[in-house]
Amino acid sequence: MKEKIKIASGQGFWGDLIDAPYHQIIKGDIDYLVMDYLAEVTMSILQKQKNKNPELGYAKDIPELMKRILPLIKEKNIKVITNGGGVNPIACANAVLEVAKNLGIKNLKIGIVLGDNIKDNIDSFISSGAQLRNMETDESIELVKDRILSANVYFGAFPIVEALQKGAEIVITGRTTDTGLTLAPMIYEFGWSEIDYDLLSAGTVAGHILECGAQSSGGNFLGDWQSIPNMAEIGFPIAEAYPNGEVIITKHPNTGGRVSFETVAEQLLYEIGDPKSYITPDCIADFTSIKLEDLGNDRVKVYDVKGFPETEFYKVSCSYSDGYSAISTLTYSWPQALTKAKAADEILRKRLANLLLQFDEIKTEFVGYNSTHGPLAVQLDEENINEIMLRVGVRSHDYKSVERFGKEIAPLILTGPPAVTGFAGGRPKPSEVVAYWPALISKKLVNPNIEIIEL
Amino acid sequence: MKIKLLDIAHGRSGDKGDAANVGIIAYDDNGYNIIKKELTVENVKKHFAGICLGEVERFELPNLKALNFLLHNTLGGGGTVSLKHDAQGKTLAAALLRMEIEIYE
Repeated sequence: MKEKIKIASGQGFWGDLIDAPYHQIIKGDIDYLVMDYLAEVTMSILQKQKNKNPELGYAKDIPELMKRILPLIKEKNIKVITNGGGVNPIACANAVLEVAKNLGIKNLKIGIVLGDNIKDNIDSFISSGAQLRNMETDESIELVKDRILSANVYFGAFPIVEALQKGAEIVITGRTTDTGLTLAPMIYEFGWSEIDYDLLSAGTVAGHILECGAQSSGGNFLGDWQSIPNMAEIGFPIAEAYPNGEVIITKHPNTGGRVSFETVAEQLLYEIGDPKSYITPDCIADFTSIKLEDLGNDRVKVYDVKGFPETEFYKVSCSYSDGYSAISTLTYSWPQALTKAKAADEILRKRLANLLLQFDEIKTEFVGYNSTHGPLAVQLDEENINEIMLRVGVRSHDYKSVERFGKEIAPLILTGPPAVTGFAGGRPKPSEVVAYWPALISKKLVNPNIEIIEL
Repeated sequence: MKIKLLDIAHGRSGDKGDAANVGIIAYDDNGYNIIKKELTVENVKKHFAGICLGEVERFELPNLKALNFLLHNTLGGGGTVSLKHDAQGKTLAAALLRMEIEIYE
């Protein structure tokens, strides 16, 4: 058994710094590179791409990245784990294999985790007794069943562990928990059992710290953010994991950013609910048990994590089509910028009402005044406001109403308050609203399936 | 003496469906005692009047000198449905740090 392994976060979301995974590989030693590409909205986008072209539906950044890093990961014996397979992990793996062939790489094993995509089997699951009621509203799935765009089960770490055990050097999954990507190599390397709940929770906590990339190493830090050094060359976090469940969060030397008690604590609180019950398919981690010790020099020890047995359910995330929306902006300058923007909003709303358009919601915000903190915004002194951006959004199940809204914005320039600009992008087009349907499904009904392809 | 929560704590916020999570972390033990006492469900709910339209849930993490709040019915329908500029509640931790607290010496 290895004494320790280093797991590096290479991507906090699809769209994160393109060079981050490359830098994690070349700026120091690591054993694993883990990359999270999937936000909830991503699955529906990928499903739409796959509907148009059956060869698509995965994070297309991955083959591009592999061109750059495959020779390096072979040379340095670094394993890569990513959920960027989206709704088409097989096509993603084949694309990576093609890259490897073109690079002249002689042997490569890629593990693929399948079985999370249940979109085409929803009816059979329902007839097997899965209710798939909305976890938040308890509504019946029948309400949205005909409008479902994607439906995926969140698998945990163990399917990835199985792929590693079968010799995979790269593991590509569909919908897997972000934390599972980091936990899996610990289970695999240290031989943790599936009932070592404290250890599984320790790895899960490490995964939570890594899953948003540099958000734990100084990015988006709400403490003394100005003291964070060299954010331009920010180092992404690395978990140095030990067999007893202790983890040291750090980053490569000579990179920007900071790993401290404060930066790690902020990430631990990110998007959590009840901290005593952080539920994953692998375990339930107790975030109130976590101990953090700032060792200095960008090293924070995470230890003493306690956990409990997992539940008997997988979480399912379905996305469904729920009408249309459009958002548009106009910018008003001094003098009386805010008053003008408010007047323009009133004129626009009167015109929309006169047209008898149907909206579920019309939302107006004034960027530069209240678009982030709403009623908490401090009153502005009109004389000293340089400019205000009027931002209006509409949502409707009637496509034509949203489309017509898009045609009512530009006219405000010539038919409303003066000193206005910022309508260069053309009429906003209605975009489909994708809503979420979180549900639970018995683990007995869904099984992950691991495939290996190789050169 | 009145202080801003910003002076004694930091934090982070994000989305969980239509709820926002707001985590607030005190810089020291004294600060944690203050936030534990002052950031009651009622005070937080009042602070976010007009923003949080549902229940406020509060959780303690003494190990991190932190409190976590779930603000239900806050994000205008959730990440992808919401028309809000801050559809994911990313700026709501900063919004809570605006709160003024009376300190008795």
